[in-house]
Amino acid sequence: MSKQQQHWEKTRMLLFITLAIWFVFSIGIFFFGAEMEASSIRPLGYPLSYYMTCQGSLGIFVILIFWFANRQEKIDEEFGYTEREDD
Amino acid sequence: MFKGKFIDNLPKIYGTYTGGFIVFIILMAIAEQAGMSAKLIGIFFVAFTVLIYALIGYLSRTMQTDAYYVAGRQVPTVFNGMATAADWMSGASFVAMAGGIYFKGYGYMALLVGWTGGYVLVASLLAPYLRKFGCYTVPDFIGTRYGGNMARLSAVIVLTVASFTYVTAQINATGTIASVALDIPFEIAVYVGLASILMCSMLGGMRAVTWTQVAQYIVLIIAYLLPVFWISNKMGAGVFPHFMLADEVARIAELEAQFGLGEIKNSAADLKQVPKGLAGITKAHAEVNTTPWKFISLAVCMMAGTASLPHVMMRYFTTPSVKAARRSVGWSLFFIFLLYSSAPMLATLSKLSLMDPNLATGIIGKSIAEVQAIDWYQNWNQANLMFVSDFNGNGTLELNEFFMGGKAVVLATPEIAGLPYVISGLVAAGGMAAAMSTADGLVLAISNALSHDVYYKMINPKAETAKRLIVARILLVLIGFAGATIAALEIQGILGSVIWAFDFAMSGLFFPLVLGVWWKRANAQGAVAGMLGGLIAGTAYLIAVRSGYPGFWGVTQLTFGIVGSLVSLVLMVVVSLMTKAPDAATQRMVDEVRIPSGKAILGKQH
Repeated sequence: MSKQQQHWEKTRMLLFITLAIWFVFSIGIFFFGAEMEASSIRPLGYPLSYYMTCQGSLGIFVILIFWFANRQEKIDEEFGYTEREDD
Repeated sequence: MFKGKFIDNLPKIYGTYTGGFIVFIILMAIAEQAGMSAKLIGIFFVAFTVLIYALIGYLSRTMQTDAYYVAGRQVPTVFNGMATAADWMSGASFVAMAGGIYFKGYGYMALLVGWTGGYVLVASLLAPYLRKFGCYTVPDFIGTRYGGNMARLSAVIVLTVASFTYVTAQINATGTIASVALDIPFEIAVYVGLASILMCSMLGGMRAVTWTQVAQYIVLIIAYLLPVFWISNKMGAGVFPHFMLADEVARIAELEAQFGLGEIKNSAADLKQVPKGLAGITKAHAEVNTTPWKFISLAVCMMAGTASLPHVMMRYFTTPSVKAARRSVGWSLFFIFLLYSSAPMLATLSKLSLMDPNLATGIIGKSIAEVQAIDWYQNWNQANLMFVSDFNGNGTLELNEFFMGGKAVVLATPEIAGLPYVISGLVAAGGMAAAMSTADGLVLAISNALSHDVYYKMINPKAETAKRLIVARILLVLIGFAGATIAALEIQGILGSVIWAFDFAMSGLFFPLVLGVWWKRANAQGAVAGMLGGLIAGTAYLIAVRSGYPGFWGVTQLTFGIVGSLVSLVLMVVVSLMTKAPDAATQRMVDEVRIPSGKAILGKQH
């Protein structure tokens, strides 16, 4: 496998992980709205369903994007694809 | 005061600007104490901020194509994040969202999840790759990746349909706020709003829009957060509302039970008395009140729509590098998060201050005559945003006898909670900033696509720079006027048309954009079929549902993008596989796009 293929392989893997986490917190958990509401887990005292819709999922997305950006930068560095200033 | 290059001085410049704005707020507060009228304060707030944006727009004027189309590709990560946040958060986010949460509770909050989750798709699937491509517009990417004018033109069509649906709502919002704050008729205020929008974008294109959007973000976020924190502290609900309102949320549920929410239904005859557009509280505040599929389908549409809306995507063409584009998406979402996570808190505070009989501001349970004598009630009743009526004739205001417009939650809550009028003036300026910044981005997205992709790439490829930029400006003004004319007719509500815009964008552009990067085998025939087929299928479904067709899979007129994008995906894959694979040069181009280093596909000036 060429260097470029390996780089793309790793990039795709990272995409799948990122999308999996995204799926859980944007779609997956909302199949269980009623269960979340009844749950005894109450972040900051809010019902879990309420908390996830107004802060939880939103905050996780922010962190997820920064985490993704960091990982992708590491992959690019590993294969020497980091941009130079003069590009 | 500021030596060296403009870009190096950005933190200083915007720091000074923020400081200056806070001083202005304090001056207005002093003027209010000294007896300045509420109306004059409102005029000062809106006029002062709009003039500053116009000044920034003038200072950013340019005659270079890469400055006009992509702000010279030198916007630093964090500032691009702020500009995107302003570009993104429209009049609907600022004025209507807290109201929607107030009335509809959990079911409505699917929009919060959708409008933030979409950015994960933007960051991981699209933004960095489109930045590497080096295009000026979204159709520029489609046209070059797939090749041929047909693909380019189809992308322009989808872009125009989606963005135009969106922009009329934004011009409508600037008109509404300008007419209230400046006290002029709506039909004239719409054109005042339009003039302000054009002043920001006409001379400097993307460069001017970028720097005004940063300024607008600062105004709108101060205008949103200051009242939330102030009210929360004044009520004793918590120093930091976001982390401390659990008791208030629980208290609302208690009061809902006490006041018999959902048990007492208003008769149709009673409801006829209520002015159009106002609503009572009929849904519980924090309970799960919708089916999972309804929630999820709406969130999915908003997420895919976010990743397909060209005015957002083109903001990431302005960063200095691919790496910066990726990080910039994170910053955008962070700045959006600041406002979105505050909206439910504002809705909670607003509802509690009206409902709780233990609070001085509570009105439920008071006598009707007493409520009707309150100053703020009279003001907002006159503005057609509040209404009470003694349906059961017991002389006391019941929960089901109080009605409010969605906008009132943001606009009237400071006054209800007893904050000085200067805060209401600030909120008006914030709403104006939110609507203007989005309208700017949208008008620019449409006119850039028409001037760059249709005029320059298809009609007159030999046009000189000066001519291209003049055409771009003429189109900008024309589209602005067309938008304002339709806005003045007031056909649709603000929020409904915003949601439609997402569905249109998702129907036509989501899969052609994503597969352009992630599927090498996708070709021009497939992309054209996907874009046009998706848009037509989505639109047909929307029209059918609106004329009485019950629909399938629980897809409503708010989620028709699901039908459109599925048709788009199937057509694109089938047609691509039935026709010839893209040539070797195109395949090499896709490989190039996938690595961040190296030259952009399209040259610096193209």
